[in-house]
Amino acid sequence: MSQTFTKAMARNVFYGGSLFFILLFLSLTYDTHSEMPKQDNSANLTEKVAKGKRLWEENNCIGCHTLLGEGAYFAPELGNVYKRFGNSKQAIEAFISSRPREGIKGRRSMPQFDFTAEELDAISEFLKYVSEIDASGWPPNIQG
Amino acid sequence: MMKYQSQAVAKPYFIAAIGLFVGQILFGLILGLQYVMGDFLFPEIPFNVARMVHTNLLIVWLLFGFMGAAYYLVPEEAERDLHSPKLALVMFWIFLIAGALTILGYLLVPYSGLAQMTGNSLLPTMGREFLEQPTITKIGIVIVALAFLYNIGMTILKGRKTAITMVLLLGLTGLAVFFLFSFYNPDNLVKDKYYWWWVVHLWVEGVWELILGSILAFVLIKTTGVDREVIEKWLYIIIAMTLITGIIGTGHHYYWIGTPQYWQWWGSIFSAMEPIPFFMMTVFAFNMVNRRRRNHPNKAAVLWALGTAVMAFLGAGVWGFLHTLSPVNYYTHGTQITAAHGHMAFYGAYVMIVLTIISYAMPMLRGRDAANSERSQTLEMWSFWLMTVSIVFITLFLTGAGILQVYLQRYTGDPQPFMVVQEKIAMFYWLREVAGVVFIIGLLTYVASFFVGNADPEATVD
Repeated sequence: MSQTFTKAMARNVFYGGSLFFILLFLSLTYDTHSEMPKQDNSANLTEKVAKGKRLWEENNCIGCHTLLGEGAYFAPELGNVYKRFGNSKQAIEAFISSRPREGIKGRRSMPQFDFTAEELDAISEFLKYVSEIDASGWPPNIQG
Repeated sequence: MMKYQSQAVAKPYFIAAIGLFVGQILFGLILGLQYVMGDFLFPEIPFNVARMVHTNLLIVWLLFGFMGAAYYLVPEEAERDLHSPKLALVMFWIFLIAGALTILGYLLVPYSGLAQMTGNSLLPTMGREFLEQPTITKIGIVIVALAFLYNIGMTILKGRKTAITMVLLLGLTGLAVFFLFSFYNPDNLVKDKYYWWWVVHLWVEGVWELILGSILAFVLIKTTGVDREVIEKWLYIIIAMTLITGIIGTGHHYYWIGTPQYWQWWGSIFSAMEPIPFFMMTVFAFNMVNRRRRNHPNKAAVLWALGTAVMAFLGAGVWGFLHTLSPVNYYTHGTQITAAHGHMAFYGAYVMIVLTIISYAMPMLRGRDAANSERSQTLEMWSFWLMTVSIVFITLFLTGAGILQVYLQRYTGDPQPFMVVQEKIAMFYWLREVAGVVFIIGLLTYVASFFVGNADPEATVD
């Protein structure tokens, strides 16, 4: 770098540039908030969905699965599992509740969580709600 | 020898960091095996638990490393002793014990039980990737971070202020501030995800890079003797580019989570420029070493410094760019491509910078004048190559797995189910596990380097 470009100038570029882009980011965040209801399916965000989300969190589902592509890559994407299971909450609940306690020999297995019927209902309701979020056409196909 | 007695508090931080690093890699090997032997340790240590331990240990040991780095370099930069070495030591034990209890909680109690025990329902923050810690642990992290910032801040305030310490303080403050978003967990999943990235992205692609830059600048000043004015000018330009590209670059996480589609433009354009500061960092490090005014006897530290610059560029820069454009990311989002990038980026940018400062500082913390013995350094440099080459192979194998996964599951006309595809790409997972074994051999070699040649004389400049 040439001698005419001093450390003080570099510092000013840093502070000025950062400040500018922080403000731009905050404006975009503000706009995102106002646009969000168009895509986030918040119209269907019921108490039951909120309970399902809590169960999703408190059993660390994200530790194996992805949800809208985020999480761990050990087990299938669940953002669209409701659709993949034929738009059926029952199919989801049957799958979760039928996991063998000791796993399946030689294969990746989902733990048996011993959910009550009410909890299963909340979880599947949550997954249904997620599947109806407009994720801009993602995933590319039903396999997630 | 240390210039200031209080720099000594860095030592337990560095030792804890290395110890937790070993734990992290052990669990990485377990995870790698579970990818190909699905029932390994099931149901005792299911994958999600092992992964939580693997990623949380990484974060915690890097934080130990950053704090140790700050405690070592701030007194030297500020030209005065640390404000309170005692507070630093108390916080060390609080952080270590809280961290150990959290990890034990993961391993010994089912996660939902841990949530219940720690009162997650009062302020639910658990169960989100990387932020799995019980709320009480999160509060503990905030307390430790505040005490740490106070200690470092007071030292800087009362002493000489340099660009290095100002940038470091800014980075560390940002780290603490953005962590506060981990307490925000709305029921609306889109909002939850939006602000989750304010912790995760604005950490690793934002303020952590400031920490990385300042530690690197410090070690380069010390080992090359190049004029501070030159190095600090580079530092400002690099971190300017980091934040100019990286803040809006957050948008590359907002493509497919229910946020407006304009993020595909903002995210693609700005994150495509995120490799620039990493490239500049590589040029910077090599330039400074080439223009060195003296040869430093600690050749291992210089090797780590150059290594981190190169590997951060490859892992964060190149591997990040590979899947950052939204039309590409449409297919690669949440696949082994992401895992490949994550491994090399974290190793290159953050593991290696912590090992750089440890390599530089530890000889002095252990009473040497400037460097370890030849034998110790030789072993350390072996560990550098073993770990670095194996992380390159881990990344290449995961990239291979990812490309196949994307094709078979997402791109082909006849897409196949996730688990069917996983079995087809198992060969790559086996190869990754082999590379992982080499990595841990490298890590054990690294640990061994601290115990070898201690009675030998210090290495000298040849």
